[in-house]
Amino acid sequence: MRDITPILRRDLKVTRSGEAGRSLFAIDHYEGEDMRKRASIITGVLATLLASSAYAAAETGKDIAFNRSKGNCLACHAMPALPDAEQPGESGPPLIAMQARFPDKKVLRAKIWDATASNPESFMPPMGKHQVMTEEEIDKVVEFLYGL
Amino acid sequence: MKKIVKKTLIAMAGLGVLMGAVSANAGPEEDRLKLVNHFKNKFPDLKQEDYILSALAFDPDAKSQYDSIMEFPPYTDELDKGKKLWSTPLKSGKTYADCLPNGGKNVAGNYPIFDNTLGKVVTLEDALNLCRVANGDEPYKIGDDNTMGRLTAYMRTLSDGMKMNIKVEGEGAMKAYEDGKSTFYGRVGQLNFSCGNCHVDNAGVRIRSELLSPVVGQATHWPAFRGGDKLTTLQERYKGCQNNVRHAPDKPGSTRYNNLEYFHSYMSNGLEMKSSVFRK
Ligand code: HEC
Ligand code: HEC
Repeated sequence: MRDITPILRRDLKVTRSGEAGRSLFAIDHYEGEDMRKRASIITGVLATLLASSAYAAAETGKDIAFNRSKGNCLACHAMPALPDAEQPGESGPPLIAMQARFPDKKVLRAKIWDATASNPESFMPPMGKHQVMTEEEIDKVVEFLYGL
Repeated sequence: MKKIVKKTLIAMAGLGVLMGAVSANAGPEEDRLKLVNHFKNKFPDLKQEDYILSALAFDPDAKSQYDSIMEFPPYTDELDKGKKLWSTPLKSGKTYADCLPNGGKNVAGNYPIFDNTLGKVVTLEDALNLCRVANGDEPYKIGDDNTMGRLTAYMRTLSDGMKMNIKVEGEGAMKAYEDGKSTFYGRVGQLNFSCGNCHVDNAGVRIRSELLSPVVGQATHWPAFRGGDKLTTLQERYKGCQNNVRHAPDKPGSTRYNNLEYFHSYMSNGLEMKSSVFRK
């Protein structure tokens, strides 16, 4: 079976940047709707597969970090180590040399789970506390960050 | 130990009194000046009149694109339709110009006002609807771009160059203002953002590829025409921002939005109005 995920992603990206300013933090069900619409053009079966959690579970830490309806880390952070981390925002510090800067993984995880715990004024959304990401997704993102 | 606690308590009580005194004095004008100074320190090169440009003031490329679009605005049809609505007499034979002070010219910057008789904030849209009803017509739907939207898009151009001049006087007005202020600064929703997080703390900063505009100046140029000719009212913009950051938005015209517009417009006081403008 041909993997259409890259096609869908590319299409989504086009739609998204086309409506700049209206989609900084894509809402889950919007993203889902978009996906379903596009997928149904190709095949209904694939659409169901994509919408299922089996697809979500296959997402890598990087996918989750880049996904606008999940981590959306690029909205605020550059990732200088990654050439495909395009058009990053600048409100947060660049995510680089993470392992050296956060030798204790727990500290890094806690920052992502709830940035306001260590800095009440933090602009960063409390990813775990407000269930923007699941615990498993946060674990994956932490592993991904350790590679930066 | 006991002594220390006692001392601390006394100090805290002192502080409490002080803070009480400060917040009793802190009014809209102090709030506005605080923001103006905040941005002045942050952007020393930005001139007062640049603030009405919002995010364009930080992006010369986007600004020159804007300038060329503004030479031949793609939305003049919409303004013409608004002009027709504005000049068509109401059922009584009177026009909007008869209802409003100064024939409706150079008045838009006074709105929203707080109407003590009605006990609530009256936006320019509300004032036009009051005029319609008083002259035998049905009110327009506040969020309807084809009627109220076009009407205000034209009507506000009659106030170009007027300085925003919102007044907050009296207890009711102050309450509505405070309510709007807490909507603006309250962190809410899954992503835990307030309007102020983006348009005060992070103004001039990019999130993704979007430059965030300062709150000061944001209320001076509505409705804007986004992407060419999509009429967008100020409250529709509120809705857009809330949608964007996963807050449950209101319908335009809600009490919460009207109070927010009251506070939000006050923060642009003293700046020149300019309708209608292009926004991407
Ligand atoms: C809306 C903005 C925003 C988003 C989205 C965001 N962050 Fe942040 N982040 C910030 C800001 C601002 C700071 C600095 C303030 C602080 O330390 O709380 C920060 C701090 C951090 C830090 C601490 C960095 C350091 O050097 O101290 C880490 C790690 C981090 N973010 C990771 C992430 C990851 C991973 C994601 C996505 C899953 C993410 N952030 C999403 C705004 C954001
Ligand atoms: C996470 C960021 C974020 C939050 C929170 C946010 N906005 Fe925005 N807002 C934006 C972006 C991005 C734009 C488009 C660029 C610009 O002009 O600032 C924008 C634009 C605007 C504009 C149009 C400015 C212009 O002149 O074109 C207004 C008005 C506005 N926001 C008001 C609000 C209000 C009121 C709230 C809270 C209810 C709010 N925003 C919350 C990001 C945000």
